Amino acid sequence: MSRRDLAGAPSTSEPLLRVEELRVEFPTEDGVVHAVDGITYQVLPGRTLGIVGESGSGKTVASLTTLGLTRRQGARISGRILFAGQDLVTLPEDRLRAIRGNDIAMIFQDPLSSLHPLYKVGAQLIEAVRAHRDVPKARARERAIELLALVGIPDPARRVDEYPHEFSGGMRQRAMIAMALANEPKLLIADEPTTALDVTVQAQILALMERLQRELGMAIVIITHDLGVVAEMADDIAVMYAGRIVETASAARLFAAPEHPYTWGLLRSIPRLDGPRAADLVPIPGTPPSLIHRPSGCHFHPRCPYAQPDHARIDPALEPTPDEPSHYVACLLSAQVRRGLWQELAAGRTPARALEAVGQPGAPA
Amino acid sequence: MSAAADEPLVQARGLVKHFPITRGIVFQRKVGAVRAVDGVSLEVRRGETLGIVGETGCGKSTTARLIMRLLDVTAGEIRFDGRDITHLKGAPLKAVRREMQMVFQDPHSSLNPRKTIGSIIGQPFAIHGLLREQGARKREVQRLMETVGLNPEHYNRYPHEFSGGQRQRIGVARALALEPKLLIADEPVSALDVSIQAQVLNLLRDLQRRLGLTLVFIAHDLSVVRHMCDRVAVMYLGKIVEIGPNEPLYEFPRHPYTGALLAAVPVADPSLHGSARRLLGGDVPSPANPPRACRFHTRCPKAQQLCAEREPELEDKGSGTLVACHFPLSREEVAQTGVRSAR
Repeated sequence: MSRRDLAGAPSTSEPLLRVEELRVEFPTEDGVVHAVDGITYQVLPGRTLGIVGESGSGKTVASLTTLGLTRRQGARISGRILFAGQDLVTLPEDRLRAIRGNDIAMIFQDPLSSLHPLYKVGAQLIEAVRAHRDVPKARARERAIELLALVGIPDPARRVDEYPHEFSGGMRQRAMIAMALANEPKLLIADEPTTALDVTVQAQILALMERLQRELGMAIVIITHDLGVVAEMADDIAVMYAGRIVETASAARLFAAPEHPYTWGLLRSIPRLDGPRAADLVPIPGTPPSLIHRPSGCHFHPRCPYAQPDHARIDPALEPTPDEPSHYVACLLSAQVRRGLWQELAAGRTPARALEAVGQPGAPA
Repeated sequence: MSAAADEPLVQARGLVKHFPITRGIVFQRKVGAVRAVDGVSLEVRRGETLGIVGETGCGKSTTARLIMRLLDVTAGEIRFDGRDITHLKGAPLKAVRREMQMVFQDPHSSLNPRKTIGSIIGQPFAIHGLLREQGARKREVQRLMETVGLNPEHYNRYPHEFSGGQRQRIGVARALALEPKLLIADEPVSALDVSIQAQVLNLLRDLQRRLGLTLVFIAHDLSVVRHMCDRVAVMYLGKIVEIGPNEPLYEFPRHPYTGALLAAVPVADPSLHGSARRLLGGDVPSPANPPRACRFHTRCPKAQQLCAEREPELEDKGSGTLVACHFPLSREEVAQTGVRSAR
């Protein structure tokens, strides 16, 4: 479990962010919540990593921890988060504060609750600028107007003096992005940035993030449950389940040849705009597990149609696939069986039929 | 009371709903109106699934609530199963309500946390004074639980003991209790996790086939609507801009707004990444002060003088859908817009 490289990453480039064996636990009255359970990933300068998972998969906690935002909640944190030669896990709060909102910025799902309703948008932008730069207020205000123009808000010189409630949902998210960009961060973490938005506005915001990435050369970590969004945005993808990364590869590879049954489940359970219409959706049975009482062995085995009896005992490690060393998967099925199963599933067969076709005994019902 | 089988189950004509905007506390003056629904006509045929799509504030949920008579119309007429129900009150309205039921978006707030699942699903019987004998009601509730894939032994459990997907099944069971002719599902999966959504979608599709239900499916997710619906209505600012059977609407959308919506949907295929598509600029204007004539003209890439002067009617433009547009999209324009479901 030492160094692992993310898929598709040119090995010459030094990673901007490197997360190693990160573990985040929250002790509660009901037991210890294992929110993040030993994840490793890296983000290269100027590239986009998509972290995909459902609610409770640990994707948000991992990112909040990067910014030190879980410290005060009594979290037990271990592992390393290396950014620009420093370990953010052990960095003292005052030095972390110099990085947060400066070198690393974050935008959240709900722009209405992330903006203060009683302060003008401009005042909040000015605060973001002056938190890290010793500039006069008038200069910071100019910068605020510049930022609003940069994110495509019409008439920024007037809008800068409006309150958040006077902005539409899409404009609020633009304002949040403007705030995140105030100090030209090297890394932008976007946690479900478009989930609360309508589809046409979502397309605008994603296009904006891509344009800003090209212009400013920043790296992006985009956290989402929407496979469509990561397919549009990400160079590399990590799929999280129950606090772990279960599969990671380049975006092209992950969608063309996914290896983990959970990834298959996600891909087959959403209707696609460009797919055949008649095909029945294949839901993933059951529900996401509790992070306090996690299933034994492979955490996905209770919901996995292909699980064998010993999968309830053995905990799979994240290992490279035989034919693509930058593609990692944590699955106990053999690579050959996995390939056979995915071929059947991709051809539209049900999990039961796929199992029959590869001659594998099914999971005990 | 029952009407000819080929007559649509629901016929809505010229539905209008304006919510007044008032000033003052004691003497309230009306200073304007939010035109949530502004002249919507549609039919729901027996046994079909009609999808209503559109962005926040387009009036899709208000339209459903008008059809259900949960809101009173400002103008227009609703016929259900061959009779005019627009102004029904009291006992006749209650009788009609038995025939139409709703599944709501949020399975957490639409179930009473202090009641058992058995009493939640049995509530429609209590309201309408049916199956008064306890044993009979329990048997029927348990049969319903089985129908929607819940364990009937969980009859005495409370909503918090169930996951989101299971709660949505409870909502579906409750809606099916009175064997309604019409089921309206308002964003039934948008509050659910991705892996759970398919469970509920499959359930609704399966129930519809098995029970011959007529379903109105309201959603903002165009991929889900394409998967579920026979016909689709696209709404923008209180009006239907395009309506028609699923295939022509998705493969050859004629209204520039339908095209823009379809181009905006992210598709789970990185090879399409970077392919040209035209994005809609700006935001939806306020329904309290919508643009004149064609309401889409302020954002429309094809808008001309006429669009700001004369409102287009819903018309057949020869491709299978009805479209309210003076200058509908051509095949080439659909391709340029980058519609992902186009052929």
